[in-house]
Amino acid sequence: MASVPVEHGLLLAGILFSIGLMGLLVRRNILMMLLCVEIMLNAAGLAFVTAGAALRKPDGQIMMIFILTMAAAEVAVGLALVIQFFHSFKTLDVDAADKMRG
Amino acid sequence: MTLIGLIVVPFIGGLAAWLAGGGKRSPRWISLAALGVECALVGTLWVRYLTVPHATQWFVDVKLPWIPEVGVGFHLAMDGLSLLMVSLTMILGIAAVISSWNEIQDRVGFFHFILMSALAGVTGVFLALDLVLFYFFWEVMLVPMYLLIGIWGTGRKVYAAIKFFIFTQAGGLLMLMAILGLYFVHGWSTGTYTFDYVELMGTRLGAPVTMLLMLGFFAAFAVKLPMFPLHVWAPDTYVAAPTAGSVILAGVLSKTAGYGLLRFVLPLFPDAVALFAPIAMFLAVVGIIYGAVLAFAQTDVKRLVAYSSVSHLGFVLLGIFALNGYSLPGSVVEMLAHGFSIAALFILVGLLQERIGTRETDRMGGLWASAPKMGAMALIFVLATLGLPGLGNFVGEFLVLAGAFRTNVWLTLFAAGGLILAVIYALWLMLRTFFGENRGQLKPADLSAREMALLGVMAAVLLWLGLFPQPVINATQPAVDFITGRIHGNQEPAGERKAILHSSDQLTGLFVPADLLRANPSPVTERSWDSRNGISHEEGGPTSAPRFPALQSGVYR
Amino acid sequence: MYDLLWLIPALPFAGFVLLATIGSRFPRSLTAAVGVGSVGAAAILAVLTAGRFVVSPPPDDFFRQTLWTWISLNGFTPEIALYLDPISLVMVLNVSIVGFLIHLYSAEFMADDESYCRFFAYMNLFLGSMLTLVLADNLLLLYLGWEGVGLCSYLLIGFWYKEPVRAKAAVKAFLVTRVGDAAMAFGLFLILANLGTLQIQELTERAVLLWPVGSKLAVAAAGLLLIGALGKSAQIPLHTWLPDAMAGPTPVSALIHAATMVTAGVYLIARMHVLFTLAPMVQYAVAVIGCATLLVAGFSALAQSDIKRVLAYSTISQIGYMFLALGVGAWSAALFHMVTHACFKALLFLACGVIILGLHHEQNMFKMGGLRRQIPFTFYTFLIGAASLAALPLVTAGFYSKDEILWASWSSTLGGPWLWLGGLIGALLTSLYTFRMVFLTFYGKAKSRIDRFPGTAMMIPLAVLALLSLGIGLIQTPGVLGNVAFFSGFLSASLPAMTEGNVSARFENILLVISGVVSVSGIYLAYLFFLKKPGLAQALTNNPLGAVLHRCSFAACGFDRAYHWLFVKSFVRIATWNRHDFTDLVYRGVAGFAQVCSIILGASQTGRVRHYAVGIVIGAVVTIAIMVLS
Repeated sequence: MASVPVEHGLLLAGILFSIGLMGLLVRRNILMMLLCVEIMLNAAGLAFVTAGAALRKPDGQIMMIFILTMAAAEVAVGLALVIQFFHSFKTLDVDAADKMRG
Repeated sequence: MTLIGLIVVPFIGGLAAWLAGGGKRSPRWISLAALGVECALVGTLWVRYLTVPHATQWFVDVKLPWIPEVGVGFHLAMDGLSLLMVSLTMILGIAAVISSWNEIQDRVGFFHFILMSALAGVTGVFLALDLVLFYFFWEVMLVPMYLLIGIWGTGRKVYAAIKFFIFTQAGGLLMLMAILGLYFVHGWSTGTYTFDYVELMGTRLGAPVTMLLMLGFFAAFAVKLPMFPLHVWAPDTYVAAPTAGSVILAGVLSKTAGYGLLRFVLPLFPDAVALFAPIAMFLAVVGIIYGAVLAFAQTDVKRLVAYSSVSHLGFVLLGIFALNGYSLPGSVVEMLAHGFSIAALFILVGLLQERIGTRETDRMGGLWASAPKMGAMALIFVLATLGLPGLGNFVGEFLVLAGAFRTNVWLTLFAAGGLILAVIYALWLMLRTFFGENRGQLKPADLSAREMALLGVMAAVLLWLGLFPQPVINATQPAVDFITGRIHGNQEPAGERKAILHSSDQLTGLFVPADLLRANPSPVTERSWDSRNGISHEEGGPTSAPRFPALQSGVYR
Repeated sequence: MYDLLWLIPALPFAGFVLLATIGSRFPRSLTAAVGVGSVGAAAILAVLTAGRFVVSPPPDDFFRQTLWTWISLNGFTPEIALYLDPISLVMVLNVSIVGFLIHLYSAEFMADDESYCRFFAYMNLFLGSMLTLVLADNLLLLYLGWEGVGLCSYLLIGFWYKEPVRAKAAVKAFLVTRVGDAAMAFGLFLILANLGTLQIQELTERAVLLWPVGSKLAVAAAGLLLIGALGKSAQIPLHTWLPDAMAGPTPVSALIHAATMVTAGVYLIARMHVLFTLAPMVQYAVAVIGCATLLVAGFSALAQSDIKRVLAYSTISQIGYMFLALGVGAWSAALFHMVTHACFKALLFLACGVIILGLHHEQNMFKMGGLRRQIPFTFYTFLIGAASLAALPLVTAGFYSKDEILWASWSSTLGGPWLWLGGLIGALLTSLYTFRMVFLTFYGKAKSRIDRFPGTAMMIPLAVLALLSLGIGLIQTPGVLGNVAFFSGFLSASLPAMTEGNVSARFENILLVISGVVSVSGIYLAYLFFLKKPGLAQALTNNPLGAVLHRCSFAACGFDRAYHWLFVKSFVRIATWNRHDFTDLVYRGVAGFAQVCSIILGASQTGRVRHYAVGIVIGAVVTIAIMVLS
């Protein structure tokens, strides 16, 4: 079976990560930023899996499962924070929260 | 045990005053009672000092292990010098409690806890002979003062409190570094790691190292004194502090610096001190003149008194670094007299402010008419400030300047100029407040019996210091002998020592051109009496020795 | 008898303590009794001691009484000790008797004052300090008395403290004398450092042994003591405080600023005469300063309108004579003039006090006039005092003392014709301004009415002092007039006689006649200008040169103004300019720098999560780049 070249997988992971990062930096909606973080996490997971497949080792997949678990936990905490954020600021615009300005 | 009692009693008294907190009166009485106990303890020490003969400088010595692993001990000891300082602390502590009787109405219990802890810290500073212990007490007195100013002060109190804290803490940390440095340098060279004063005294260290270590100690004391140009915290702090705070700050805390210089800097680093002395004397003289000029320019009475304190502490510093047998006892007398006079002036300013609600001289004038007793008291202390003979400050200033003259003639000339400037600001103060025209139409009530008694006692002490200073001078003698022994002791060649001590040679250089001196057939005749005395003895001249028996035993140390 | 010596200064001190502590509860009569009585007792003791001293002098002509050791340090042991020898005895008598008379006078003079008790407390403190000064056995105790009298002078000049002018005059007096005192203190340090003692006898003995004549140390020591004496005795250039000191009550001017305190400088120089002999340069300076002062002050007295200011300048001028005498080594002549001056100047001030009290504190002579009919007794006593001041020949004490000085200023090996001429011109000025004062005040048309007449307590001192002003000159007279030398003989035990140059006795008589003529002609000139032809004086002041001189005299040669510009203004300017302490700026600069840094770095803290994220990304990229590239 002709396998997908490892470069393609890593390239996809890189593109995904960049999309997530750009999204994180340019979006002001805190929910969207959380989504972007998820994309970045999954990009990292994809890179792990690709590398694991290329090296024929199970470690990549183990890491992927690990990342999924962590992402779930992170989303739980993150969404709770988003709800609190919305409660206090009546908006999801992250720039509204700049009380720590120097 | 008495020494530990001296430190613990005020602390416990303060704690009790805090816990008793409820009413406003009880904390004051508890504090007074604790200071009464303290008085009794100091009294027993005086009795012991005067009656029991003691072989060493220290007539009470307590040494307990504390952290023996690193050479830290709980070492307290007392000699005449520390006895005088502790007595000053105690009397001014009582004065501080009494002077805050009406002034402090807020958190009275806590105030007395703070005040008494500061006193405990100061007492500890005067007794500690272990450097770590000394540093500990040094910090113990700092923190309560910070709170005292920050909480009960007036005006820019937080600014003042922070300024005070930063300055003294910076100095204190330099001292801590110097203490650790001394500890390690001593440890490396001798193998015994100890913080004990007596043991550290034994070693002599290399020149650059000692100079650095000495400067570390000096920084802490110079800030605390305060010395020009590190004095800027003092006026701000004195002005913002409540009366009791100013009394303790100017009256007692500045003396810890003078004491520290005498007890630690001079004996521990004699060589570095001898090198550094001209600079310190110069700064002292600048401080004398600078403080006096600034005092004159102030319109706030309390600020004026604060700058006058800077000027007077210049005399203390000058006397300490003139390093001879006249100026050192003179410095101690000056410290005591300044403690009383400056404290009394701050109390008077506090009373005046309480009565008329202002410290601005522009609104005063002619107050003698309605408050003659207050005016008379102010006059006495103002006269003490300007160095009127018969009051304690004169004895101190005279001895300091007479000693400084032997070390440096020109600096003494400028310091004597300070005597004139003192008249300007002191009499200006009287002119603007009690004499002259009553600009603000203020009619303050006269002193009450309690205030009169307090100030009367302080005036009596100043008069006693002025007319019978001998007991005080005697009490300082062992410490002074020890210091002069360390500095001019057997380490230096005799010729050099003479050069430091005798101004006569210097004077000859001043007034007689060198070539004229060489042409003079007998240059000896231009020299001081004691050199001549030896000669006249050989000659069996007309005034051979018996006429002046005192001179036989070497007039100058 | 001698053992009670300590009581002489102690009695006035006791009076002071009593009045200062519980005096405010005394009735006025008791206050006066304590104030006058303590001084009276001291005066009686002084007279008894003097009697004993003359009849059976103590061994070696001195008596020393140690009360306690003040300080004892490294062989320096100044004691609280009294030293009685002829010089101090003369001073004690002078101070206590004149002091007692003035106290008696003040009991009535100050009767209406609200601070009666305070006045007597200060006066007693003054006498105690003054007696300590003259009896002091060492220079440190002398300095205590010296500063003590300065303090009392300050307190009494500013006695009526509510008037700013008086309060300021008091500060000026203290400050100017303090300049001298600081120099004197410096001299004490020098003496102590080089001779190892401040005990007067010891230090003079050692000075003679150690310091050759004219040695720099002797010059420095004598010069510094001289500056102290100049301040206290109001001599050029430290004389400006004395005319302003007239702001005090008149008895104070009489006691402190004429009879006693201001002569302390003369006493100091006489007491330390050995030191001055070792420094001929300084001694010559004493003579020159004295001569200059007597001329400048005499000239300044000519145009004053305030009667007390005339007397003040006259005091400065007369002390100038004493300095002249000291400078030429005529020690006893200086002290003799001091004694006669104390009598007649106190008399003049006290008589002047009667006028001032009667005219409700009017001191302008041009508003007086014709007073001799209203207060004849005062007039005659004043006239006696004035005659004595003007040195009216033969009958007055002032003639004998001033003539001795004039003679000494020429005949001494240290003197010369120029000093004599200065003294002679001064004598002319003296009789001119003195009788100008007499004629303006007592003659001419009456311009105001006296409505308060002196009682016995004020008359007795006037009478006694008038008698003394006439008679006391007879204890020392020149060769041709009886050749009495009681005074100089008495002092010879502690003061050496003047070394006379090669001048004949006939020459002395010629000078005597000249000085007598000058004195009388001065009086005649005053009569001409101010009584007979007032238009003449007017014409003089109208011509341009006369106008300049008049202005110069009225402004006392501009010393005050010059000092004001030179010292007062510049000091005040510097002080106020630096009121806020420029060193604080350094520390504020440090604080400000920290603050600026904080603001700059704080700007990076935007509080926005996205900015932080950018920061993290950039940081990560840079880190990875470094790791990859290196």
